[in-house]
Amino acid sequence: MENPIDLPVSKKKVKPNRKSSLWGQVLGRLLKKKIALVGLGFLIFIFLFSFIGPFFSPYVHLGVDPTKVNQAPSAAHWLGTDKLGRDVLTRLMLAGRISLTVGLGAMVMSVTIGALLGILAGYYRGIVDQIVMRIADILMTLPGIPLLFIMAAVMSEWKVPTEHRLYIVMLMLSLVGWPGLARLVRSQVLSLRERQFIQATDALGLRDRRKLLNHLLPNIVPLLIVSGTLSIGGAILSESTLSYFGLGVVPPEASWGNMITSANSLIDFQKRPWLWIPPGLAIFMTVISINLLGDGLRDAIDPNMKRR
Amino acid sequence: MSGALPLIEVKNLKKYYGESANIFKRNPSVVKAVDGVSFTIHQGETFGLVGESGSGKSTIGKSVLRLSSITSGEVLYNGQNLHGLSKDEMRTLRPKIQFIFQDPYSSLNPRIRIGDAIGEALLDHGLCSKSEVRQKVLEVLEICGLATHHIDRFPHEFSGGQRQRIGIARAIILQPDFIVADEPVSALDVSIQAQIINLFSKLQKEKQITFLFISHDLSVVEHLCSRIGVLYLGTMMELASRDDLYSNPLHPYTKALLSAVPIPDPTLKRERIILKGDIPNPADPPKGCKFHTRCPFATDICRAEVPEFREIEPEHFVACHLV
Repeated sequence: MENPIDLPVSKKKVKPNRKSSLWGQVLGRLLKKKIALVGLGFLIFIFLFSFIGPFFSPYVHLGVDPTKVNQAPSAAHWLGTDKLGRDVLTRLMLAGRISLTVGLGAMVMSVTIGALLGILAGYYRGIVDQIVMRIADILMTLPGIPLLFIMAAVMSEWKVPTEHRLYIVMLMLSLVGWPGLARLVRSQVLSLRERQFIQATDALGLRDRRKLLNHLLPNIVPLLIVSGTLSIGGAILSESTLSYFGLGVVPPEASWGNMITSANSLIDFQKRPWLWIPPGLAIFMTVISINLLGDGLRDAIDPNMKRR
Repeated sequence: MSGALPLIEVKNLKKYYGESANIFKRNPSVVKAVDGVSFTIHQGETFGLVGESGSGKSTIGKSVLRLSSITSGEVLYNGQNLHGLSKDEMRTLRPKIQFIFQDPYSSLNPRIRIGDAIGEALLDHGLCSKSEVRQKVLEVLEICGLATHHIDRFPHEFSGGQRQRIGIARAIILQPDFIVADEPVSALDVSIQAQIINLFSKLQKEKQITFLFISHDLSVVEHLCSRIGVLYLGTMMELASRDDLYSNPLHPYTKALLSAVPIPDPTLKRERIILKGDIPNPADPPKGCKFHTRCPFATDICRAEVPEFREIEPEHFVACHLV
């Protein structure tokens, strides 16, 4: 058959190449970033430490032990014990569970809310945009920490059971966290909707649901991953702050924040550094690892945007 | 050609950008991108629209498919005014009228595999079942000169010419009866242009699709189109069949354009009509005939009165006082 338009395509079978997918490339670039990998490595370690670690601790079920109060670190208690005789290392692990869960949970909720509302506002513009963004503006004018304090105080007033407080803290953090993300997503969608490939979906007459979920969402996922990762750090910090003031996760539940509360007492601060240095270090290391990983991810996902 | 049924009728299409005068704005800054354009496209023909940048070609193309709103006028497709339909009615019509974009790089979503990109509209409109999609995508890939193993690749793995083929495949899989091609070859280099143009001729012959072909390249238009309209500053200057227009151009602007088409013959001597200056600012178009500022034959009447778009010869329309 005479076919003048046949391209000189190679006829040999090309096997599907993993590297060819955009995510494969992102992974490849991420693996070249040493600092991001250090962050990732520490995060994996802290996750294993918090979630698997307690299974290896002999003190998990013992809790309070009046005979072993305020002991310095020893072979039996690697990080000593607190004023109720609880093993600090074990509490550090259990606190990690809660702090990481709160961080992750708050991130997932605020990313979900922020992305959804941001896409809707950016794509539909008009009245939807006005309503969503004005609510976001109002939430952003409220100072975050005092707002959290008030909400936490209300929570205490209503006598919320201690094991449920952690979920309420998550909710509060995501309520404060979504407006910034919604703005970010909205601005991204505003620029995307003018791109030709989104106009092409109009020409094809696709349903709105498909336009939003199959065409817009995949293009903001990189943004969501990066800002989501970075926001985990912020959420962990806010949770620690709240718990430090006794308003977030309260004893007997442990969180890194409420463990640092022991630094309030001068004698603990001066004589028993094993009570407050480990949780402080855990917060510091976790947040900085998250930020390193987030930065690395940003560079890996969008190599053209390299700042520096 | 005139005996064929009209598929698309564009009546007095106007598209203005910017604000008109109101209590807050003393000076209206209206850009008349398209200012009263009318033409008819018959079933099965390819209508060419030429003009320099800023003449409103692409705006017309988008308005004809209701991809952008219009200020006034009508676009009739099989007698229905597209700009008067509801959103749902428009959606059900979409597969029948398709658009091919100018820039093959930005018209494909970088995160969607091309098999999905081509097939998704079929699924979305319920035109075929999930199990048949792949087969149909493979068929159009073959028609458009792409290999079957391309189906699972991402757009960034293709060259410009291949991407334009993907854009064409995405349009023809819906079996449209009308396609607007908005400068489909101008972003490609010349050797690839020829391949894409050949693909268009093949589609004309085999699929009987009606095209509105927008271009600034007169030799491309000559190759593909049966009737041609010449635009200048949002107004139709001349409209004629291809043979008429190329052998007997009547409007001075058309003559100037045709004299600028390169002919690969170094011994050929010919008279070039060189237009001076740029296309005038569409926000402040010249009075009278819009072309008079650059027309070598302009007279007083050209500066004062807007020429009527008249049928000088059968099927040959010109807007010029001097013809």
